[in-house]
Amino acid sequence: MGLLAFALRRTLQLAPVLLGLTLIVFALQALALGDPVRAAMGQRGDPEVIARIRAEYGLDAPLWAQYGRYLARLLRGDFGRSFRQQVPVADLIVERLPATLRLALAAMGLAVLLGVAAGVTAAVTHGRLADLAMMTVALVGISTPVFWLGMMLILLFAVTLGWFPISGYGEGDWRHLVLPAFTLGGLHVGYIARMTRSSLLEVLREDYLRTARAKGLREGVVLLKHGLRNAALPILTLIGIGLGDLLVGAPLTETVFAWPGLGRLLVAAAANRDLPVVLGATLLFALITVGASFLVDCCYVVADPRVRFAGGRR
Amino acid sequence: MRGLLKHRGALAGTVLLLTVLAAALLAPVLAPYDPARVPTDLAARSMRPPGREHWLGTDLLGRDLLSRILYGARVSLLVGLAVALLTAALGAGVGLLAGFYAGTIDAVFMRLTDAIMAFPTLVLAIAAVAILDQPGLLALILVLAAVQWTAVARLIRGQALSLREREFVSAAYALGARDLRILVRHLLPNCLAPLLVSTTFGVASNILAEAGLSFLGLGIQPPAVSWGSLLSEGAVYLTAKPWLVIFPGLAISLTVLGCNLAGDGLRDLLGPHPAG
Repeated sequence: MGLLAFALRRTLQLAPVLLGLTLIVFALQALALGDPVRAAMGQRGDPEVIARIRAEYGLDAPLWAQYGRYLARLLRGDFGRSFRQQVPVADLIVERLPATLRLALAAMGLAVLLGVAAGVTAAVTHGRLADLAMMTVALVGISTPVFWLGMMLILLFAVTLGWFPISGYGEGDWRHLVLPAFTLGGLHVGYIARMTRSSLLEVLREDYLRTARAKGLREGVVLLKHGLRNAALPILTLIGIGLGDLLVGAPLTETVFAWPGLGRLLVAAAANRDLPVVLGATLLFALITVGASFLVDCCYVVADPRVRFAGGRR
Repeated sequence: MRGLLKHRGALAGTVLLLTVLAAALLAPVLAPYDPARVPTDLAARSMRPPGREHWLGTDLLGRDLLSRILYGARVSLLVGLAVALLTAALGAGVGLLAGFYAGTIDAVFMRLTDAIMAFPTLVLAIAAVAILDQPGLLALILVLAAVQWTAVARLIRGQALSLREREFVSAAYALGARDLRILVRHLLPNCLAPLLVSTTFGVASNILAEAGLSFLGLGIQPPAVSWGSLLSEGAVYLTAKPWLVIFPGLAISLTVLGCNLAGDGLRDLLGPHPAG
């Protein structure tokens, strides 16, 4: 089965998930029914005006009809209008999305690079001091709140050393990206390092590694081509799951660094009870997570042909 | 229990956790000052750096940070533990039913967890909090439990799926046991080990989630204090008065580290079970 067919079948499998997550967002919306308009209008809102707005937003139809209309609107890229700013939510999201994606990709890149490097080092020096040190740092790393790590990085590298700016987007200047990316990726370095280590340690015991060494291959080649390639699947899985974790950190990291992304949009909207924006951003976070795990699944097929021939029954 | 004493990581984690728990319980005894009262000599006490009188310094209103962290521990730990217990109960219930009955029930529950797990947990919690409009402590605990239970349900479902094929289940049926009895007396006890491991890790992620929400100003509201709300208050003065941020964060990190160490240790001791 080719990559394309695999991708196509995975897309079909995604349908119930997409339906389920839109249903959840819709349920949240229905849960808040009535209140958002009143909240936006204030306690002294004119009942007639409120009724008109409810009709305008389609809040007076039966629930199943509302859900159908909601899905139809989503498919057209219509996420509703912001109560506060009176602009389409989709516009706000499109404006904020690039900053979040840039941050998430940089963070993931850093996490993979550092995590795999640390994990390989630990596995190779298994049981020795370097291993213990790496794993201790990794454990401390996953125990630290993302946003607190961010503030500590600011104190050290921005305030004390002055190497990087304290916060802000800096119109895309890479120096503004460094600290937020380290903050957001930091948690994940620990997870990836731990997984790389345990996964590689298992592979290192295999016979084919002894064979590779016996052939006289250099240790570096043995480790990277024979060892890491075979240890890659669990690491890939973790990266897939991890993107969700990474996005959990996005609202926090973006708040600490005043990063103009989707996370801050969500937090600000939540503080303002601007529900269409809250729900739109929430839905988009879920879509990014689902999309990322889809991409990772496709990476499996590239990384390990066995998945392709197993008929995708994972 | 003997294993626990021999496993260095687990021992360190347990000691760390017990210390934090004791500090939280004994907060009224240990705290040198009233955590909420603004002192009469405010001008002299405001924003003191750590020193002999105030070990961890004071905030803008002259309140002792150590006392606030001790009292904050009560709220942070309460949320962490309560959410973990609710999550374990809900996750185990759904997981057992889904795994045991398989078929339609399983499909429905698993699609539900699929959909919930597609959301980054904190994002879903933020949305729920926004809709509830300043929830109190209880509502906050319920919200966190509602977004965190899915991983436990998955874990227990996997266990139940494999357990129901085992011989002792058929034997229990042959002896005339009903479904409920088999679920409670035979499946549940066999799921306790992985449940305990995942609950231990769960306490850590719940404490982090509460801290995150409170840091964003969406969780614990003043005058109540949690570690997250202390960080939220302190963040404004990060560059000028860093102690207000450093110490509450250390409290969170140490507690979460304790949970992770204990969880790692329990997993090693109780056998090779996958855990969240």
